[in-house]
Amino acid sequence: MSVRHALLALLSTGPKYGLQLREEFEANTGQVWPLNVGQVYTTLQRLERDGLVTAAGDAQPGGEHGPQKAYRITEAGAVELAQWLRVPPDLSVPPRDDLVMKVLIAVRVPGTDMSEVIQAHRRYLIELMQEWTRLKEDDNGRDIAFSLVVDSELFRVDSVVRWLDAAEGRLRRALADGWDPAQAPAPVTGAGLPTRPTTGARR
Amino acid sequence: MTVLELRSVSKVYGRGAAEVQALRDVSLTVAAGEMVAVMGPSGSGKSSLLTIAGTLEEPTAGAVLVNGKDTLRMSGGAKSQLRRRAIGYVFQDFNLLPGLTAAENVSLPLELDGTSMRKAHLAALAALEELGLGDRARRFPDQLSGGERQRVAIARAVVGERSLLLADEPSGALDTQNGEAVLRLIHGYCKRGTAAVVVTHDAQLASWADRIVFLRDGRLVDQTAAPAGPETLLEQPS
Repeated sequence: MSVRHALLALLSTGPKYGLQLREEFEANTGQVWPLNVGQVYTTLQRLERDGLVTAAGDAQPGGEHGPQKAYRITEAGAVELAQWLRVPPDLSVPPRDDLVMKVLIAVRVPGTDMSEVIQAHRRYLIELMQEWTRLKEDDNGRDIAFSLVVDSELFRVDSVVRWLDAAEGRLRRALADGWDPAQAPAPVTGAGLPTRPTTGARR
Repeated sequence: MTVLELRSVSKVYGRGAAEVQALRDVSLTVAAGEMVAVMGPSGSGKSSLLTIAGTLEEPTAGAVLVNGKDTLRMSGGAKSQLRRRAIGYVFQDFNLLPGLTAAENVSLPLELDGTSMRKAHLAALAALEELGLGDRARRFPDQLSGGERQRVAIARAVVGERSLLLADEPSGALDTQNGEAVLRLIHGYCKRGTAAVVVTHDAQLASWADRIVFLRDGRLVDQTAAPAGPETLLEQPS
């Protein structure tokens, strides 16, 4: 998550103080990602160094963090923000997913009941989804940012559950067709190596 | 209070080589106010469980109790009455009668059960109103959107104080928003005391339920634990 760009976005509606930025950041992300005020100030200093924000007006005598300073977004900052919003994050490299690894490894362990292993993960994930759904039900669509975050979590976890369903179906069919999990697959030689998609963005 | 109880229910279709064991020794109880989702792949027995729970089919072995009464010992007439008064059904394809308005579709089960036309009509209007369809009461099913049709089907299933709501993929044909609205409604009814069993293969929809049971090859193999309380999710490790 880019705190840097989130702060630029908040400053695009007008100059703001650090504390104000922290409050707005949390409100705009459905209060799901807390941000400490030190992080806000360090990020603002870097943005200022890079010419993306600039001090707005004189510093006010402030609270525990010393004098309060307001910042405004620069033209370069606005350009940077607009670009960042449109560049897709790089999803071309499969993440090293612990759950996928566990299932791949379980297949190789003799005597493993794959349905049981998969069900243990499925149950955990669905219990997690129940908790998110309760939060969504209680909020009842009042906080749009929060609903967006919850939906994104539900879809993410749901996609893992679907993968488990597909994996279980695939393993069952393979076993029914006489597949022997103890038999290692033939190593893939150079020419046949699968390639990753390359259409992804760079950052 | 237990509304639905399945005791060691088994169901076999066909004989000999064509024999299919749809349910094997399934036991499940659903209390008033509880929403239970049944998840499982196609062919795992989800729909058989629902039709047997709704007394639309009889099990090969075991017992089905609704509100404490053994449905297998009931006369045909008593069972029909139970289906009209106590049990509401919601199907994936809505099953609304095309020649009747929304209000007539909803009031029909009450009228069949002997409620006067006027009373049944008022109850139907109230149920539609509650689902946000007050201004759609005089429309025919083909004048309603998919989401509206499903809400009419839910109104029909809950009208007249049913104690048990049975739903088979109730949002199967709907988009995410409308599907969510349907599940929100069903869970809302449960919070007011109705018991519900919802069959679905969709984890997002199942996650509305208070408890989720998992069917595999006709057996109940697992279920979710009681909810831990959503607060734990937002506690960040610092």
